[in-house]
Amino acid sequence: MKLVKFCLLLALMVTFVGAVNVKAQDGGEGLTIGFSQIGSESAWRTSFTDAVKAEAEARGINLLFSDAQQQQENQIAAMRAWIAQGDVDAIILAPVVESGWDDVLQEAQDAGIPVVIVDRNVDSDPSLYVTRVSSDFVHEGRLAAAWLVQATSGQCNIVELQGTVGSAAANDRMTGFNEVIALFPGMQIIASETGDFVRAQGKQVMESFLSSEDPANICAVWAHNDDMAIGAIEAIKEAGLVPGTDILVVSVDAIPDIFDSLDAGEANATVELSPFMGGPAFDAVVATLNGEELPKWIPVAGKLYTNRADYDADHQ
Amino acid sequence: MVEMEKQVLTPVNENKPQRATNFKWRNIFRGDNRALWTILALIIILLVDRMVSPTFFTVRMVNGRLTGSLINTLDGAAPIMLLSIGMTLVIATKGVDLSVGAVMAICAAVSAVLINRHEAGSDNILYYPGFVIAIAILVGALCGLWNGILVALFDIQPIIATLILMVAGRGIAQMITDGQSPTYTDETLAYMGQGTIFGMPFPVYVAAIALVVVYLLVRRTALGLLIESVGINAKASHYTGVNATVIKLFVYIISGICAAIAGLIVAGENTYADPHTAGLWSELDAIVAVVIGGTLLSGGRFSLVLSALGALIIQSLRIGLYISDLHPNANLVVKAIVILLVLLLQSKEFKQAVGRLFKPVLKLRAVFK
Amino acid sequence: MSTNEQPALLEVRGLTKTFTATPALSEVDFTLYPGEVHAVLGENGAGKSTLIKVITGVYKRDAGTIRLNGKLIEPRSPGHAQELGISAVYQEINLIPTLSVAENLYVGRQPRFLGMVSMQLMNKKARKLLKTFNIDIDVTRDLSSYSIAIQQIVAIVRGVDLSAKILILDEPTSSLDRHEVETLFSVIRSLEEHGIGILLITHFLDQVYEISDRITVLRNGRKVGEHLTKELPRAKLISEMLGREFTETLGKRSNQITNGDSKHDTFLDIKGFAKRGMIEPFDLEIKKGEIVGLAGLLGSGRTEMGHLVFGINRSEKGEAFVESKKVKISSPRKAIRYGFGLCPEDRKVEGLIADLTIRENIILALQAKLGWYRHIPYKRQEQYADEMIEALHIVTTDAEKPVRELSGGNQQKVILARWLVSNPELLILDEPTRGIDVGAHAEIINIIKRLAKEGKALMVISSELAEVVDYSDRVVVLRDRKKLTELTGDEISEDAIMQAIAEK
Repeated sequence: MKLVKFCLLLALMVTFVGAVNVKAQDGGEGLTIGFSQIGSESAWRTSFTDAVKAEAEARGINLLFSDAQQQQENQIAAMRAWIAQGDVDAIILAPVVESGWDDVLQEAQDAGIPVVIVDRNVDSDPSLYVTRVSSDFVHEGRLAAAWLVQATSGQCNIVELQGTVGSAAANDRMTGFNEVIALFPGMQIIASETGDFVRAQGKQVMESFLSSEDPANICAVWAHNDDMAIGAIEAIKEAGLVPGTDILVVSVDAIPDIFDSLDAGEANATVELSPFMGGPAFDAVVATLNGEELPKWIPVAGKLYTNRADYDADHQ
Repeated sequence: MVEMEKQVLTPVNENKPQRATNFKWRNIFRGDNRALWTILALIIILLVDRMVSPTFFTVRMVNGRLTGSLINTLDGAAPIMLLSIGMTLVIATKGVDLSVGAVMAICAAVSAVLINRHEAGSDNILYYPGFVIAIAILVGALCGLWNGILVALFDIQPIIATLILMVAGRGIAQMITDGQSPTYTDETLAYMGQGTIFGMPFPVYVAAIALVVVYLLVRRTALGLLIESVGINAKASHYTGVNATVIKLFVYIISGICAAIAGLIVAGENTYADPHTAGLWSELDAIVAVVIGGTLLSGGRFSLVLSALGALIIQSLRIGLYISDLHPNANLVVKAIVILLVLLLQSKEFKQAVGRLFKPVLKLRAVFK
Repeated sequence: MSTNEQPALLEVRGLTKTFTATPALSEVDFTLYPGEVHAVLGENGAGKSTLIKVITGVYKRDAGTIRLNGKLIEPRSPGHAQELGISAVYQEINLIPTLSVAENLYVGRQPRFLGMVSMQLMNKKARKLLKTFNIDIDVTRDLSSYSIAIQQIVAIVRGVDLSAKILILDEPTSSLDRHEVETLFSVIRSLEEHGIGILLITHFLDQVYEISDRITVLRNGRKVGEHLTKELPRAKLISEMLGREFTETLGKRSNQITNGDSKHDTFLDIKGFAKRGMIEPFDLEIKKGEIVGLAGLLGSGRTEMGHLVFGINRSEKGEAFVESKKVKISSPRKAIRYGFGLCPEDRKVEGLIADLTIRENIILALQAKLGWYRHIPYKRQEQYADEMIEALHIVTTDAEKPVRELSGGNQQKVILARWLVSNPELLILDEPTRGIDVGAHAEIINIIKRLAKEGKALMVISSELAEVVDYSDRVVVLRDRKKLTELTGDEISEDAIMQAIAEK
């Protein structure tokens, strides 16, 4: 029975990865597209911006970039300017907050300019925008859990380092991960606490777990992002244990630092939080300009990596 | 009449009985009986932690390093304690320093960027670990000087003056790191956060030494008195010839230096400087620690030791929440409630009110006796 | 006016209040009848302030009863006491300086028009209310823009207007000039006629005899006597207050210096100091060992002259010489470096560091002068403090008490002690005897004389003419922010000063 479940799971994994691994395509040459980015509040955000710019350049798209510095007003002002000037073929919006977009989206629609939402969600009526391109956090959680089930043959006491309480990334990754381990009675989370997605907090929380639980009883740490995983690795080392061997480490994001740990055998797996949303977004623009109907959500999910070589191979 | 007048102004009567000792415990706590309640609060929280986790007080030696929740508490409290030392002095002058978290990020960023150049093979002596640490601390002092100039010379309200650096500081840190979160491998800098002496984490020593040094600096000189005097009555101090400008510059610089060291510790713990998250919200922890320590936000008498205890209270509370089975959603609420209880424990008015509440019970008991 | 057959308005019996082991009041009885002015007298620390603070619910009493119109009351706070009908106007004005006069009068009970707070209505009512007391000022201006005297009157008017049955006045006249005292007394007399009972605390014995009907004397927290004013001779009153026989006059100093005395060098010479809106240009010379009195009515520029000399406000023109050397007095710090010291008029706001101990307050000026790194050793600090407590007869259990817990006179002595310890060459004293009891008053005047004898230069600002005449070698008379004249030697007398002020 367990074997059946396991096979089912693997099949599930493969389909998911196949379905969502949208390969970058050419297209859109000569278009002018406005891109309103939230700001540059994190390293991931910066690499996201860079990836979109690089993709645009590769495709020969004229990208008008606007950094909103965390202010919705700035984003709305930029969009209004583009609409007024009428020189953009489409707008890509990475919204800073969910609400308050109805008016400006309506204005864009009236002007005949398609809008693609990337990354975070908006609560406007879906008819006001073409589609939303974003990470599938639930899937990331499932993928991490699937790997851990496989690596431990379904027997593992897990400690969890949650992301910021209430954030979509933390909630959805938790949901996905728990969905999968629920299928395996031998897999259970014995301690769970928030580390706020921060490396230092991740370390502090892991230190506490190692002091309050019997370290020999902890089989793996599941961190909602790589930063907290790296912090946890430090804590495990300081407690005199070998991360990656005594305690497995699995996380999400695929930031550059985690690959050092993966290659050193101190971390075991990371799921890519793809910053490469530019390609699918541009594809969506091209498709809608060609009159194609698109689903309202195009999930982007990276693969799971266990070493740098695989990652580099996928990203040239 | 002349005889009496003479007596009025005669110098010291040498035969007067000398006071017993020079050193008094009450000087450490500034004669404040709130000290008792702060210590009591810490003990209660530690006992609750012990109830949550039976191994809370267990300390083991692993690879020459002491481990255990108690050690984690001390280790984690060290940066807050450092911040609270500087914050105490600032608050005592009736100011506040909101920028300490951002200054931590700036100094962490400076240290990481400079040491990266050393690691990249640069021979420049300024990039040697010792100099990197010194430069980072100097940068912290300059940040403090900036705050001090805004407050003392331009007379801008402290909360606004330091808000400027609080907001701009993380941007500056990002500019220093070029938007990245640099990591390093240098062992000296890592030692700041990860080192141990006799098994005890190095940050604990740093915080303790800073506490002693600043204590001696303010109490073995007249700084402490002058700081309190400016905080209690700025006008009267001015009329008495106290140089408030120098005092204020001094406290903000100390606060900047403390923040810089805290930044080096936090960076060293993870050998990494993240301009976005290093020291995020730590200014609030520091302010709460100072308030728990009994120093009023309206300035005046202060106790560094009690502020340090305040920092320990905050960290034991945080560790207690980590090891409890409480859902993380409840963390902030529980933390707020406990801090409120600690403050109520110190409030004379509250204790009187509780006393009144129990009076009927006591009376009742007397009746049945 | 009032007789004992009338039912009492306020009856206090066996009131006891102890602060950290020292009793501030023990078993004090006090009775106030409607329509009478009952003066409570005593030296500083006798328990007058504690008595009224217990009655108004600021302090919780330890024992005793308080009856209002025969009914037991338990005032919990000044607000609650006010609701019960007991309004108090304190020595230190408890109003909000940044609000307008009208707002201060009606804060918390602003007149409404159609449910909205109406500024116009409020201002109109305020003007009318003040008119009934013969006060005609712009009620829309900030309270702080008025003199302490006006602020005091506003506080009293507010207290009266709160439909009080009992009005407690704590040193109401200490900041008023003669004319204003008259105004206030006419207010008090009209209140008497309306059956309001008035508890009066004051240090001005003349005023006690002028306005009060009954006197209760407190000493060391105990009631030592209650008399009808007309039946109590002054000498007996004073001996009751002090607990000893009192020799009233202090006598003129024998060796008063006269102008041109070659033995005495000029310490400070000021030529043409002035500041627009504060004081017209003036010259001032102070010799070592000389006491220069500044006389003039409230607002005549006395305090302002002191502030300019001490560098609190910078002079816009003129020059100053200290021992013939030209100096720039740009701040109090500079002034202190030249050997100046200043005991300010408003003790609480400008003088005391209330939360610091007596010891810390006493050594503060010296320490500030030495700089932060030249710390006075604790032992030395304690010596200074103990020595000053003894020398100035500061009433306290020890030097480690916060100075805020002392009574007004003792606080004043602490500020004096602060300067004596730092040993200045010129001491500027602004109203050094205001709000201070008879005994302390004499002591402080003795200190002033003694300092002059030791060769210090003194500049004393005072509204008590008799006092100024007593100790001054020279009197500078001011009016309307302008120095009028100087009187020296035998020219000095109360009449001469008043004449100088009155002269056109």
